[in-house]
Amino acid sequence: MKDFDEALRAFAAEVGSDGAVCVRGGATRWSLGGEPAPSTREVQAPAGVVEFEPAEMTVRVRAGTPVAELHEKLAAAGQRTALPERAGSTVGGALMAGESSIARLGLGPVRDALLQARYVCADGRLASAGAGTVKNVSGFDLCRLLVGSLGTLGLVGEVLVRTVPVGESERWVRVRNADPAEARSCFTAASVLWDGNDVWALLSGYEVDVDDDLGRLEGLGACEEVAGPPELPAHRWSCSPAEAAAFASSNGAAGPFVAEIGVGVVHASEPQLPGPVAPGVAELNRRFKERFDPDGRLNPGRDPLRKP
Amino acid sequence: MASTLASATRRVLGSRRRGTRDTTRPSDNPADAALVDDLIEAVGADRVRADTAARYLASRDASIYRDGNAGPVCYPGSTSDVVACIKVASRHGRAVSPRGAGTGLAGGAAPLGQPVVLSMTRMDKLLELDLDNGVAWVQPGMVNLDLTRALAPYGVHYAPDPSSQAACTIGGNVANNSGGPHCLAYGVTSAHVLAVEVVLSDASVVTLGDLTAEPVGYDLRGAFVGSEGMCGIATAVAVRLTPNPSAVQTMLLSFGDVSDAAATVSAIIAAGIVPAAIEMLDQRCVVAVEDFAQAGYPRDAAAVLLVEVDGATGGVAIASEKVAAIAWSHQAMNVHTAADEAERARLWKGRKSAFGAVANVMPDYYLHDTVVPRTRLVEVLERIYEIVERYDLMVLNVFHAGDGNLHPILAYDSRVPGTEERVHAAGREIIEMSLDMGGALSGEHGIGVEKRDHMARMFSEVDLEQQNRLRASFDPYCRMNPGKVMPSAHSCSDIAALRASDASGVWG
Repeated sequence: MKDFDEALRAFAAEVGSDGAVCVRGGATRWSLGGEPAPSTREVQAPAGVVEFEPAEMTVRVRAGTPVAELHEKLAAAGQRTALPERAGSTVGGALMAGESSIARLGLGPVRDALLQARYVCADGRLASAGAGTVKNVSGFDLCRLLVGSLGTLGLVGEVLVRTVPVGESERWVRVRNADPAEARSCFTAASVLWDGNDVWALLSGYEVDVDDDLGRLEGLGACEEVAGPPELPAHRWSCSPAEAAAFASSNGAAGPFVAEIGVGVVHASEPQLPGPVAPGVAELNRRFKERFDPDGRLNPGRDPLRKP
Repeated sequence: MASTLASATRRVLGSRRRGTRDTTRPSDNPADAALVDDLIEAVGADRVRADTAARYLASRDASIYRDGNAGPVCYPGSTSDVVACIKVASRHGRAVSPRGAGTGLAGGAAPLGQPVVLSMTRMDKLLELDLDNGVAWVQPGMVNLDLTRALAPYGVHYAPDPSSQAACTIGGNVANNSGGPHCLAYGVTSAHVLAVEVVLSDASVVTLGDLTAEPVGYDLRGAFVGSEGMCGIATAVAVRLTPNPSAVQTMLLSFGDVSDAAATVSAIIAAGIVPAAIEMLDQRCVVAVEDFAQAGYPRDAAAVLLVEVDGATGGVAIASEKVAAIAWSHQAMNVHTAADEAERARLWKGRKSAFGAVANVMPDYYLHDTVVPRTRLVEVLERIYEIVERYDLMVLNVFHAGDGNLHPILAYDSRVPGTEERVHAAGREIIEMSLDMGGALSGEHGIGVEKRDHMARMFSEVDLEQQNRLRASFDPYCRMNPGKVMPSAHSCSDIAALRASDASGVWG
């Protein structure tokens, strides 16, 4: 219990031990996996950076902290996290949505970023999963289970997240009518986006390597430096990298799109049709929910199987 | 055609075996005879062994734990063999324990309560190479290094590289969420497994995860990796392929003082450099390695750091210059960069043969595995030397310094009365000290039997109950590799499973 500070205990008390509750972060992905059931009591996770030790490359932060605020603090030490920044999005919300940053090639997926979680269980008690170190295999890996769970298994109050160094040089470039596979093979490519014609790449790393890769991209076509990625269509598709690379030819009905090459996320104008879920997988999902939240009080109405 | 013939032969053998009592493959456990017959009927005589030798071999792993007790041992060749074995075991009320190469160091593969053991080593094929998705589907019995060798022509590799990589299997790596030196930059097994085909305890087959960027539903793949065989048996694994870096530099930094070496590690990380690996060996280990493998480590150094930086050429040059500067500013005796691939291989050979080298020093050793915050390495090493000295033991330190993953090796001679007790007492203190420093029980070896009873020191009752919910969601009846990881108070169903297996499997 000594690990749970006052903010966490107050959060647990607010959640209590009965009645349906849903957590509101920045509400940027509020309907992901379904809208919270109407008239569910809303709670908010505590906010604030608890501890940042740059030489450890980890940060302990409360779940209600805006990602942008966290990153501003980390930037002073030349670091950031793998969490995506959406206007107003929170650390807890980003972890529970489980969607990766557009720079996933460079930063890694969100699912690998969580090292330790302190959370309120369905019965209102506080639990801790994972460890305070960058490496840990002590018992079953609840942290992986919590990422992307939409707050349906436990309500995260405080987390320890891995940080990554910000590249010495970071530049977005746009190359007209280029082969995205070529751009993907650049070592410093932290993001390669493709709309069927043009490629946008975020190069991040040592300046000398970024300059080398810029030279390679210039060889692919008309190349210009840009402020950032293109406007992304509203809907997020989850594809395999090979499907994303062949997206233009196979998904004419999706409308204009931007595919994340090497990752598989595709931002398209039309929503992705839900694919079939194997009965065995659906059954396991049901069993997890039932074991962790037998009364169904945590974020009712939301279901990770119904993403996106 | 061949498979039809094989299954016909199998049926004939099976029926003959039931008529005439086992004479060709005697089981020295008569109470298991019916179980063995059913297993043979299910998967064929060439895939089942119940003799003492086979069971003895399947009763241990590379840990010092000696109380494992295997029932009949099966060697499935396919997912359907695994399904069939689990069905038979279940019908006989027996638990099932999977097993890879048995290189685990925590007793995770030591079967408890005479379960049916499934040795996965015959399922050792590379099933599919999918370069468009950067993925390979492999069977669980494939040896880690065999996979990397098979991938070499394509310019990619499988990143996790445990010290036992020449013997350990991918399935065992998945069960233990294994690490290795290069996990500092590339991440542990969990980060490299995209999907797993699993046979659950009810003999159903499910695929957890898939090749898409963000699979729907709970991350069951992530929950399964590291579950030490207690959530099901992996029968196919989709692993992520990592492109080989275009440039690599391996450096050997030597120090006159262990604290300077440890401080150098923290300083490298603090400078925003993430090397592919930072390994540390203290003097006693350096000497043992030199005697054994002649890797070219300086015997007079109190500690050496093996640092590898990789990436694109320009950045690698800059990073290695920075590492060298940091080392010099921490009173390094010498900074040496491997001149060519041969020297690089020799430096790594020293590190990877460290555990073998210990055999030249003392007949027995106990290898520990805890993690501490990497900023506290100096303090932690001082404490380890202090503890070991107090117990009048010898310690060799060789470990993944970059991520704070300690591997103190307590070397001893078990023939000296009272030594093992001192080894265990010192080990316990090292574990408790690591936890007091804000660390973790295990960084890559897992909990198994070895650290099961330390779990309550790291986790509260509520925490353990939450972990048990994960396991019970996969296996409500605790039939898969029972008795591991969770301390006894949290394994009520395990106890029932172990008792059930004892009741039907008493052998004299």
